[in-house]
Amino acid sequence: MLELIETITGVPAPLLFGQVLLGLINGAFYAMLSLGLAVIFGLLNIINFTHGAQFMMGAFVAWMLLAWAGLGYWWALILAPLIVGFTGVVIERLMISRLYKLDHLYGLLLTFGIGLIIEGVFRNQFGSSGLPYRIPPELSGAWDLGFMFMPVYRGWVVISSLVVCLATWLVIEKTRLGAYLRAATENAALVQAFGVNVPRMITLTYGAGVALAALGGVLAAPIYSVNPQMGTNLIIVVFAVVVIGGMGSILGSIITGFGLGIVEGLTKVYWPEASATVIFVIMAIVLLTRPAGLFGRA
Amino acid sequence: MTGIHRRGLLAAGAALGALPLHRARAQATNTVKIGVLNDQSGLYRDVNGPGSVACVRQAIADLGATLRGLNVEVVVADHQNRPDVGVNIARQWLDRDGVDMIIDVPTSSVALAVNQVVREKNKVYINSSGATSDLTGSACSPNTIHWTYDTYMLAKSTGGAMVRAGGDTWFFITADYAFGHALERDTGNFVKAAGGRVLGQVRTPFPGTSDFSSFLVQAQASRAKVVGLANAGGDTINCIKQAAEFGLTRRGVKLAALLMFISDVHALGLQTAQGLVCTETFYWDLNDNTRAFTARVLPNMPQQLRPGMAQAGCYSGAMHYIKAVLELGAEAAKADGVATVARMKAMPVQDDAFGATSIRADGRRIMPAYLMEVKAPGESRGAWDYYKVLQTTPADEAFRPLSEGGCPLVRA
Repeated sequence: MLELIETITGVPAPLLFGQVLLGLINGAFYAMLSLGLAVIFGLLNIINFTHGAQFMMGAFVAWMLLAWAGLGYWWALILAPLIVGFTGVVIERLMISRLYKLDHLYGLLLTFGIGLIIEGVFRNQFGSSGLPYRIPPELSGAWDLGFMFMPVYRGWVVISSLVVCLATWLVIEKTRLGAYLRAATENAALVQAFGVNVPRMITLTYGAGVALAALGGVLAAPIYSVNPQMGTNLIIVVFAVVVIGGMGSILGSIITGFGLGIVEGLTKVYWPEASATVIFVIMAIVLLTRPAGLFGRA
Repeated sequence: MTGIHRRGLLAAGAALGALPLHRARAQATNTVKIGVLNDQSGLYRDVNGPGSVACVRQAIADLGATLRGLNVEVVVADHQNRPDVGVNIARQWLDRDGVDMIIDVPTSSVALAVNQVVREKNKVYINSSGATSDLTGSACSPNTIHWTYDTYMLAKSTGGAMVRAGGDTWFFITADYAFGHALERDTGNFVKAAGGRVLGQVRTPFPGTSDFSSFLVQAQASRAKVVGLANAGGDTINCIKQAAEFGLTRRGVKLAALLMFISDVHALGLQTAQGLVCTETFYWDLNDNTRAFTARVLPNMPQQLRPGMAQAGCYSGAMHYIKAVLELGAEAAKADGVATVARMKAMPVQDDAFGATSIRADGRRIMPAYLMEVKAPGESRGAWDYYKVLQTTPADEAFRPLSEGGCPLVRA
């Protein structure tokens, strides 16, 4: 069986398994970030270009909690999303809420600008090389899977991302709160007429989407160096994921997130130079054949 | 009312228009303008960026009274590691803004592109942060001095030491642009010359790669004893961090950080970086002069980072350029870049950061290369006490021999 795989793919089977697994891990980040974007776009109709900066803020807040307050990784997992989510609420109330009546483009420009400013401030304060953040002792070490050396922490990232994605999907599809959210997406005025405080719901939804980005940042902090441009590299890919999955589709963004992680992982074996481009090629093809995305409604 | 207003506005406009002209004329007499062109916002920012600017300004401050009325202006721009942006800025500086010398320019693809522009305009180019050895080889120019280090010297010092220590099979993780290719080529040559073998390489997209795990697993699958990191800055940091995570180092694979700076070590922390070897031409704690220079410039360094070799190179390069301008006279130096560079090559180079060094005919400044080992946390006595010197290669052996570079200036 292993030889068969090797003959067909031209790459030793163990290496191939390893790459699929690594792709899945990167896919976990794509899924979690694109999920936050999809939730925000679904309800607010805002394409949140600040998402990468908010992901980065999550990682930085984790570092600050450790360096300045002595609070470790597990505290950061809870506190960083709350803190960064709160800054999201402030941004939504003060700025984004003024743009709901205008075209999508204005929201995009505003959030893009805010993202650049946040990154600039962090760069001025902390430089570009990044700050060290260690893997918590409980999750350090690695499993020898035979075909690959699998760090425990990466396994933790995949599992926690799956749990978070599933929980978000359940909240939106199966709970009363989720029903309100979906209803407000369809017709905000009508939902408000039923006595639901729609503006508050919108604000909290934005905060929750931002908190998801920050949670991704905390998960990423021990793997990548905590630096101001860590979100920029990721966010462009994540936008492509959202477009491929279908703007605003929750399930679509989760599935495409993981799927494209695997595609990218395989490209890194067969044609590494193209690994940064492959997702955009897929995006172009999807846009040409299914403009609403794989899971979107036209 | 409106009439006066409009007239006032016109007058103000005329005055504004006249102002720059006035300044330009005043400049021509006894002012030279230095343009620091580097990465102010990306993954190489801490290696050069605002730190290089602080070092150039320090050179001017240190020359103090010896300037004898010469005005030295400094302008700064961010090339974002993109050759098109770098070339546009360089052209604008040399054509319109009266810049006489461009210094620093990291990212070899940008460094090579700016090399052409400066030669075309007959100005002066001191490259401190770019690494490709082609700057003094096939692309050498009478207007250019390659100041601080290059891929050949890094390959010889770090690569040679690793091969001698028994690392005879290599796999490269290479940043996919001019710098990575040159560093991989130069190191590969040393490995092969010493009887070693290169088992494979993977070219990683630049910039924009932050997850190197896939490439590291490929490197491990090749069963090479040494993984050569032909990249720099943020890429090197991520590679080293993730190599530790995936247990490469624990399984006996050696990492060769072919270009690593002290700011990278600082970002990694000694716990992760200990035992790595790298090559530097400057270390802040090398001797009394380097410590004195560091103490002077430190208050102006961003985040109180100790200067690295690329930034110290900007100090030394700017100082030597200004000394040459003083000898030639500002007017003559501004008029002819080739003559200024020729004068710089003829003069001995002397400063606190590098001591006494010299510049060869092909534009290569030569100086000793220090093979450093990163200390373990227990060995480090204080803040930024990161390196111990393993070996010193003398200046005349550290760089590629003049005859082997293929630089047309040498044959002439």
